[in-house]
Amino acid sequence: MTIAGWLLIAVFVGVLLALAKPVGLWLFALYEGRRTPLHAVLGPVERGFYRLSGIDPQEDQSWRRYAVHMLIFNAAALLLTYVLLRAQAVLPLNPRGLGAVGPDLAFNTAISFTANTNWQSYAGESTMSNLSQMLALTLHNFLSAATGIALAFALFRGFARRPSPNGGATGIGNFWADITRVTLYLLLPLSIVLGLFYIASGVPQTLAGSVDVTTLEGARQTLALGPVASQEAIKMLGTNGGGFFNANSAHPFENPNALTNLIQMLSIFAIGTGLTYTFGKAVGNTRQGWAILAAMMTLFLVGTTVTYWQEAAGNPVLHNLGVPGGNMEGKEVRFGVAASALFSVVTTAASCGAVNAMHDSFTALGGMIPLFNMQLGEVVIGGVGAGIYGFLLFAILAVFVAGLMVGRTPEYVGKKIESREVKLAVLAIAVLPLVILGMTALAAVLPVGLAGPLNKGPHGFSEILYAFTSAVANNGSAFAGLTANTPFYNGMLGVAMWVGRFFIIVPMLAVAGSLAAKKHTPETAGSFPTTGPLWTGLLIGIVLIVGGLTFLPSLALGPIADHLAMIRGQLF
Amino acid sequence: MSRAQSKSLFTADLIVPAIGDAFRKLNPRELIRNPVMFTTAVVATLLTVLLVVGQDGLSLGFKLQLVVWLWLTVLFGTFAEALAEGRGKAQAASLRATKAELTAKRVKGAGVEEVPASALRKDDVVLVQTGDLIPSDGEVIAGVASVNEAAITGESAPVIREAGGDRSAVTAGTRVISDEIRVRVTVDPGQGFLDRMIALVEGAERQKTPNEIALTLLLVGLTIIFLIAVATVPGFASYAGGSVPVSILAALLITLIPTTIAALLSAIGIAGMDRLVRFNVLAKSGRAVEAAGDVDVLLLDKTGTITIGDRQATEFRPVGGTDVAALAEAALLASLADETPEGRSIVVLAHQRFGFDATTLPEGAEVIPFTAQTRISGVNTGGRVIQKGAVQAVLKANPGAGSTAAATELRRITDEIGRAGGTPLAVAVDGQLLGAIFLKDVVKAGIRERFGELRAMGIRTVMITGDNPLTASSIAAEAGVDDFLAEATPEDKLALIRKEQEGGRLVAMCGDGTNDAPALAQADVGVAMNTGTQAAREAGNMVDLDSDPTKLIEVVGLGKQLLMTRGALTTFSVANDVAKYFAIIPAMFVVLYPGLGVLNVMGLGTPESAILSAIIFNALIIPLLVPLALKGVTYKPMAAGPLLARNLAVYGLGGLIAPFVGIKLIDLAVNGMGLA
Repeated sequence: MTIAGWLLIAVFVGVLLALAKPVGLWLFALYEGRRTPLHAVLGPVERGFYRLSGIDPQEDQSWRRYAVHMLIFNAAALLLTYVLLRAQAVLPLNPRGLGAVGPDLAFNTAISFTANTNWQSYAGESTMSNLSQMLALTLHNFLSAATGIALAFALFRGFARRPSPNGGATGIGNFWADITRVTLYLLLPLSIVLGLFYIASGVPQTLAGSVDVTTLEGARQTLALGPVASQEAIKMLGTNGGGFFNANSAHPFENPNALTNLIQMLSIFAIGTGLTYTFGKAVGNTRQGWAILAAMMTLFLVGTTVTYWQEAAGNPVLHNLGVPGGNMEGKEVRFGVAASALFSVVTTAASCGAVNAMHDSFTALGGMIPLFNMQLGEVVIGGVGAGIYGFLLFAILAVFVAGLMVGRTPEYVGKKIESREVKLAVLAIAVLPLVILGMTALAAVLPVGLAGPLNKGPHGFSEILYAFTSAVANNGSAFAGLTANTPFYNGMLGVAMWVGRFFIIVPMLAVAGSLAAKKHTPETAGSFPTTGPLWTGLLIGIVLIVGGLTFLPSLALGPIADHLAMIRGQLF
Repeated sequence: MSRAQSKSLFTADLIVPAIGDAFRKLNPRELIRNPVMFTTAVVATLLTVLLVVGQDGLSLGFKLQLVVWLWLTVLFGTFAEALAEGRGKAQAASLRATKAELTAKRVKGAGVEEVPASALRKDDVVLVQTGDLIPSDGEVIAGVASVNEAAITGESAPVIREAGGDRSAVTAGTRVISDEIRVRVTVDPGQGFLDRMIALVEGAERQKTPNEIALTLLLVGLTIIFLIAVATVPGFASYAGGSVPVSILAALLITLIPTTIAALLSAIGIAGMDRLVRFNVLAKSGRAVEAAGDVDVLLLDKTGTITIGDRQATEFRPVGGTDVAALAEAALLASLADETPEGRSIVVLAHQRFGFDATTLPEGAEVIPFTAQTRISGVNTGGRVIQKGAVQAVLKANPGAGSTAAATELRRITDEIGRAGGTPLAVAVDGQLLGAIFLKDVVKAGIRERFGELRAMGIRTVMITGDNPLTASSIAAEAGVDDFLAEATPEDKLALIRKEQEGGRLVAMCGDGTNDAPALAQADVGVAMNTGTQAAREAGNMVDLDSDPTKLIEVVGLGKQLLMTRGALTTFSVANDVAKYFAIIPAMFVVLYPGLGVLNVMGLGTPESAILSAIIFNALIIPLLVPLALKGVTYKPMAAGPLLARNLAVYGLGGLIAPFVGIKLIDLAVNGMGLA
């Protein structure tokens, strides 16, 4: 570990924390439907859009209606993507003349991008036409991100709203207005700015297919090009992570230098961090938001430390062979150990899944942190929107387990947590272990599953476990090493991504609806304190115990066994 | 069943029947109400079957021990519940005995017929004479009697029950010790107070409370999550080229699922109700007890709760140049026939300050009795008419005196006395105002500190009084309540409760009169005084047998303690899992990857002993925590923040550390005895 490495981490955290409030305030304006400076320009676009599609943005939807509209929207987008991918051979903007995407891969990819996962069983440059990249995939980068943020807004409203005194039903907002505002006033403008920055940094933005060049050695090489910069911006901002190229952010055309690398990491966390502040604003006490952010950042910093320490320590087996230094296998020299380790923790903590190094090549424990981040349910900052709503479900459990200890029915930000909320929160949280462990166990015994991993022993097991974890947690990063473009893995992972996204969202929205209908209990000295270090510690404890203990057996047989074997000089 | 006799938890007469009941409760139909313990029983059954038919390379002795400990885990749980119920059952038995001997003299036409109490229906009228037990709950419609209610309250001093007013309700099983009354029956058989009490202390009608249901759901959820975690282990192990015997998986599952809190959950609930009963408060539902813990606002009647019931005369304040001794003498004469505590205190004050020694009225004196209309009492003696009463009433009765300088002075003094928290009584002789008597409310000792504690807990206290706002604010300040409602009518009370509830706050109050009934019903926690009317007792969701309004504060404490006990044991149970994992995971997987032996941080002897120790710890912790579950965690009134810090340290951190120590010690014993 180096001072420069720690400095990078410090700068990253510092800038991030400084961004939390401004980003959070901007999001709060969108949450409230307030005017922003951008309304002068984009307001007519928003209103025109509503008129065109016959949407009344003032309509307050019940949680059921919100959920149904959200599902219909996502299902339609899913179908559109599937059709586009299957038909790309006959559609325009296909300069490399690529054929149709196969049915199982198209199924997997369509779900993957709809569910904000961006798991890629394919290499983008040799599979997707420019039209597929721009329309089918980049479109989802916006819409799935906007959906996530909208859902977080819906849950915030559940906590913040008071039931109307005349007994009328209390809604949780309007799905269409939420995604329109988030896309129009947040994702689009930021993507344009960031896209221009990437272009300035040398990231290609062209409709051309590829160029043939002669290298210094005189060899001929074909360089794939395309509209990369525009996709790069939203890929990070919306915690999507699906790269234009197979190498993702390790590719010099996606992530050319240390500065773009830092900006990419910051873009991954920016909205998720800001949303914690928005939550505090929404419930009328910003300290509530900071408490959550503190818990998230603590988990993040511990993870970063472990991964950086393990990667910097390197591989003792190689040290014995006379190769000193940190673990550089699978890392880009222009980033080095620290920036790669930090990136890996950021991208997995935040459900982004973009990679600038190959996680499969990390040391066992260094690679376990990204895996563990996802197994916690992507709640360490997490995906845009998904991180905070996932974390709030844990907060509900934490309040319930420990809240009774102050001698009152547990309350969180003024809303009583009762059997309905507990039931739904448990239901949502149980989806993760059920699908991850169930499918991993299945793949670990079926011959079609066993055909996937590249490596033997615990490392091979980690590859399977990582794939399903990444899919269910909607991360999308790959441990690599696993041959996933097979009907078995495409199908299973597709289902895993869908379940991992929407089977959590629906109970979460039900929680929002149930909370919105509850009276607000004013805070007193007798209320369970949900600000301050004690609560932060409790949140961390619950996330680790519920999220962590479930996966300990699988981690023991994967990365932990892998690590212990490495210490004894055995590699897989 | 007086409050004083607090039975020891573990006497033989309680434990022996509880052991029998523990086995009876293994009935699957009863067990399924507790899903976690049901799961444990299913796993134990499975292992019992596998003991005979299964072959997995484990020694029979080891598997036999596992099975025994699994069954013990279940039995410890049913035992805890049986023990909690047992304490109530003894009380129920004595109540039943009372009920069995009840017969009634039913009024039929002009005569009376003797019928068993069970034949009585609503609106029957019964005659109860000296020495009779009252056969049914009802309302006195004629007569006055002194009644011994020891059977219900444990208090042997008789109380007066009379027709009309707020003391008209009588309870089945209590005995009339003088006079006779006619009672209109107000309940059908089986619906009475005694029946409810029997059902309550037995726990027969116990329904899960809202928090208990939510907690059960959480425990079921955790069980499902851990079931998934354990059920997928064989698949993972097969990838690693090995297998894990079913017995080991079963052991892992049972140690991970929250058996500790699940086993103790219903015992905690029963014991919570039982604590209340021992405290002579009957809650009609567990829900009410939980609500007591959630209370944000306490409405407390001034008289009897905040001040000692009686006002004391402390000063004579003459007006219009009247000699203070003359005022004292007139006041004394007007009060000699006044048997109220206020009246007696005036006599005492006059004796002490001015040396009067009259204790009886002069010959020929004619007493003017107090009526609710005039609000004046007094005496006609020696040709003088002496009046004593509320200032407004005296002024009204003497219109001629209203505009005098003395009247102006009297009004000023009235305000002064009011501001000082006192109540003035005016004295007039032959229509001439002499002055006022300063009656002072005496705030109970220590009440201020109690309210301070409540405030620290986030509970607001509101004093309810019929006094005028001036007097009320003075007493409120002296007693340290947060707010007061002066000149309160029952409607005001109801409106205040509604207003607080609309603001999302839970309100507790106590009351006894029929006109309190709507407010009692509206309040989240309504404690009716046992001496109160039947209507009040029906409206409240708790009845205080001692009729002590101060107990509302304790009731809140008991509610909180119940919730805290549940939370503490849940936290403890969940925190225990960490250590259990560290015991079982290395033991389970060390054959697959020998390197995983380093996770055996406790240094447990062998894989078998590690698993056995974890399961033994998991079982033994239940009986070890039974006393805590039944007594409740230590409860001190304090703010939620420090309370949470304290409980998290004790039960969270303690729950994390204790099993590491416990499992290690058990492992040493298991290895020492060569059990595995």
